[in-house]
Amino acid sequence: MNPTMIPIPSAWILYLSAVLFVIGAIGVLLRRNGISIFLALELMLNSANLAFASFAFRFAGASATAAHALNGQIFIFFIIAVAAAEAAVGLALFIAMYRRKETIDVDRFNILRW
Amino acid sequence: MLGSLWIIPLLPLIGFGLNLFLGWRKARKSLVTIAGVGSVGLATIAAYWAIIGYLEQPARVIVERYFTWISAGKITVDAAFQIDPLTVVMMAFVTFVGFLIHVYSIGYMHGESDTAYARFFAYMNLFMFSMLVLVLGSSLPLMFVGWEGVGLCSYLLIGFYFEDTYCAMSGKKAFIANRIGDVGFVLGIFATFAVFGSADFTRFLPIAAAHPQQYAGWATAIGLLLFVGATGKSAQIPLYVWLPDAMAGPTPVSALIHAATMVTAGVYMVVRCNVIYRIGPAALLVVAIVGGLTAIYAASIAVAQNDIKKVLAYSTISQLGYMFLGAGVGAFAAAIFHVVTHAFFKALLFLGAGSVIHACSGNQDMRTMGGLRKVMPTTYWTFLAATLAISGIFPFAGFFSKDEILGRTFAAGASNLHGFGWLYYILWFLGITAAFITAFYMFRLVYMTFHGEFRGTEEEKHHLHESPWTMTLPLQVLGVLSIIGGFIGIPKLMTGHASWNLIEHFLDPVVIPLGTGHAAEIAAGVSEHSAGAGIEWLLLLVSLSIAVAGILVARSFYAGEHAFEKPARFVERYPLLYKLILNKYYIDEVYDKVVIQPLYRFARFCWKAIDTIIIDGVIVNGTAFMTELTGDILRFLQTGNVRNYALSVAMGVLLLIVILW
Repeated sequence: MNPTMIPIPSAWILYLSAVLFVIGAIGVLLRRNGISIFLALELMLNSANLAFASFAFRFAGASATAAHALNGQIFIFFIIAVAAAEAAVGLALFIAMYRRKETIDVDRFNILRW
Repeated sequence: MLGSLWIIPLLPLIGFGLNLFLGWRKARKSLVTIAGVGSVGLATIAAYWAIIGYLEQPARVIVERYFTWISAGKITVDAAFQIDPLTVVMMAFVTFVGFLIHVYSIGYMHGESDTAYARFFAYMNLFMFSMLVLVLGSSLPLMFVGWEGVGLCSYLLIGFYFEDTYCAMSGKKAFIANRIGDVGFVLGIFATFAVFGSADFTRFLPIAAAHPQQYAGWATAIGLLLFVGATGKSAQIPLYVWLPDAMAGPTPVSALIHAATMVTAGVYMVVRCNVIYRIGPAALLVVAIVGGLTAIYAASIAVAQNDIKKVLAYSTISQLGYMFLGAGVGAFAAAIFHVVTHAFFKALLFLGAGSVIHACSGNQDMRTMGGLRKVMPTTYWTFLAATLAISGIFPFAGFFSKDEILGRTFAAGASNLHGFGWLYYILWFLGITAAFITAFYMFRLVYMTFHGEFRGTEEEKHHLHESPWTMTLPLQVLGVLSIIGGFIGIPKLMTGHASWNLIEHFLDPVVIPLGTGHAAEIAAGVSEHSAGAGIEWLLLLVSLSIAVAGILVARSFYAGEHAFEKPARFVERYPLLYKLILNKYYIDEVYDKVVIQPLYRFARFCWKAIDTIIIDGVIVNGTAFMTELTGDILRFLQTGNVRNYALSVAMGVLLLIVILW
C-alpha cells in the first residue's frame, strides 16, 4: 500500500451508506410520483452496494480474507442485475398505469382494497 | 375331530356365508335347506365325533391354542378352544337340539319367500356358530365374542318380520336390555384381568381356587359383575323384560334361542366360573335369591297370559330362575342338568306351540283354540310329554332335575350355608310354590289348547291340520328325550349308587376344589351334605304331590263341563289381583316411567340444549361468526395505497431493529 495514501476509514463509508439508505427510504415513503419512488428505491439499493464495496475493499488487503472480498463484489453485481430487471418491469407497469389513468401518481392507484 | 375343534363352529359359519350368497342370488329353497340344515348337521356330527374322542382319552381339560388374538402389555388373549365335561354337555345338546330345530324350520318356514327363507337360515347358522364359540371359548373374552354373537342373532331373528313395528321394537328391546347387562359383563372381564392378570379359564380359576381367602373380596365383585351380564342374557330380574317380547320372532327361533340354548348362557357362565362364586359367597347368595324370586315371579305372570307363546316365555324365565337357584346353592351340576332337560322339554313345548300356531293359521290366542287333540295327535302327545316333564312328574325329565335343585336348596337351608339357612328355606318354599304354579299354568295351557271344543271360527276349523313330517319328527325325537332325558341324573337316593347320577359324576372335575383353611370350604362341602334319606324321600314326595295338585286344580278350572267357570268367578272376586297379574305387575310401565322416560328426556335435553344450542350454536356457529367479525374489522387495513404498505414495512423494520438491539 502506498504510504502517502491515507485510506478512508470504513466507518465513514458506512455512515454515507446509511445516510443514502435513509434518504432513499424517506423518498419512497413521501414521493407520489412513481418514477421518483423508483429513483429513491435505486438509491436504497445502491447504498447497500456501497456498504458491500466498502467491506470488499477492507477485506481485500489480507490474503486470509480475500475470499470474503470476492463475496462482497459478487453481491454488488447481483444487486445491479436485480435492479435492472426491476427497473424494466417497473417502467413497463408505469406505462400500463399511465395508459389507464393518464397519471403515475401512486395514490390514485388504490383500487386493490377492501 | 379332537385336535381341530375349530371345525365345529366353522361349519355353521360356512353355512351362514353360503346362505347369504344364496339369498342374494334368490336361490331355490332346496339349496338353502341343504346349506342351512346340512351345515348344522355336519357340525353336530363333528361335535359328537369330538366328544367321543374326548371320552376315549384320559385328560379332563384339553385346551387348543390357535393363535394370539390380543397382545397388549402383560395381557395376552389366545384364540383358543377348550373341551372339558361342561363343554361336552353343553355342546352335545346345543348341536343336537339345534339340528332338530333346523329340521323343524324347513316345514315351519316353507311359506316364506325365497329370500326370507335364506335370510332365516343364514341367521340361524350364524347363531349356531356364535353359540358354539361361547361354549368352546377358553377365556372370558372369547366367551364374550360368542355371548355378543348370540345376542346379535337374537336381535336379528326377533326382528325377522321387521316390516311389523312391534317385531322391530321387540328386537331392539332385547338388544338394549342385553347391552345393559353386558356392561356388567365387560367390567367383570376387566376386573378379572386386573386381579388375576389373565382371563383364561385354565389360568385364573386355579389361582382363585388356590388362594380363596386372598381373593374373596375381588371374587365377590367379579362374580356380581358377571352376574349382571347373566341377568340380561338369561332373562332374570330385573332385566327379564325382553324375553316375553322376544316371542315376536318365528317360533323355531323362540325354541332354539329363547328357550333351549342362548338364554342358558348365563347359567353356563356361572357354572364355568363357579370358583369365583364359591369363594365370594355373597355373590353366590345373590345368584340364589335372584333365581328363586324370578322363578316364582315369572310363574305367577304366566298364569294369566292368553298368548300361547307368552305363557311359554314366562315359563322359560321361571325355569331359568330354577337353574340360577340351583347354581346359587352350589349345586352346579344340578343347574346344568336342568339346563339340559329344560332344553329338551322347552324346545319341544315351543315347537309344539309352533305346530299349533301353524295349524291355527298364525293365531296365538288360546281363548280361540281348543279340541286340537283330535286333529293333531302327534303334536298333542309330544306336547303332553313335555308338559309332564316341566311339571316335574316322575319319571319325566324335568322331575329329576327340578327335584335335584329343590332338594339341594333345602339341604343348603338344613346345613345353614354361609349362615343364611333361613333364607335358603324361604327360597326352597318359593321354589316349591313355583313348581305348583308351573304345573297349574302348563296344564291350563294344555286344556285350553287341546281339550274341549274348538272355539275359533268355522273357516279356521276347516283349516286345522297336523303338521308335515319335518315338523313332527323333531317333536317325536324331543318327546322321547323329554321322557327319558332325566335318567342321566338319577339321584343316589333312588339307586344307592352315586355314580349312577351320570351327569353329576361327569361334571365333577368342573368344580375345582378350593385351597384349605377357608370358610368357603363349607360351600364346596355342601354338595356332600344331605338332609338324610328320610327327609329326602319326603321332599321328593312333596314336590311330586304339589305338581299333581297343580294339575288337578288346572283340570277343575279348565277342563270338562264347567270349564272356565271357576277362573271367571276368581276374576270376579279379586279383580285387582287379576288385573295386576294380567298386566305383568305393570313392570313395563314402571320401567317406562322410571328409566325410559327420564332417559328419553335426558336425550332430548342433550339434543335440544347441549347439541343444538351449545355445540352447534356457540361453538360451531360462534367460531364462524367471530372469524367473520374479525375479518370485517381488519379488512380496513387493506387500503390499496402502496405508500401505506411501504410505511408499515418501514415501521416493521424499525421495530425489529429496536427489538433486536
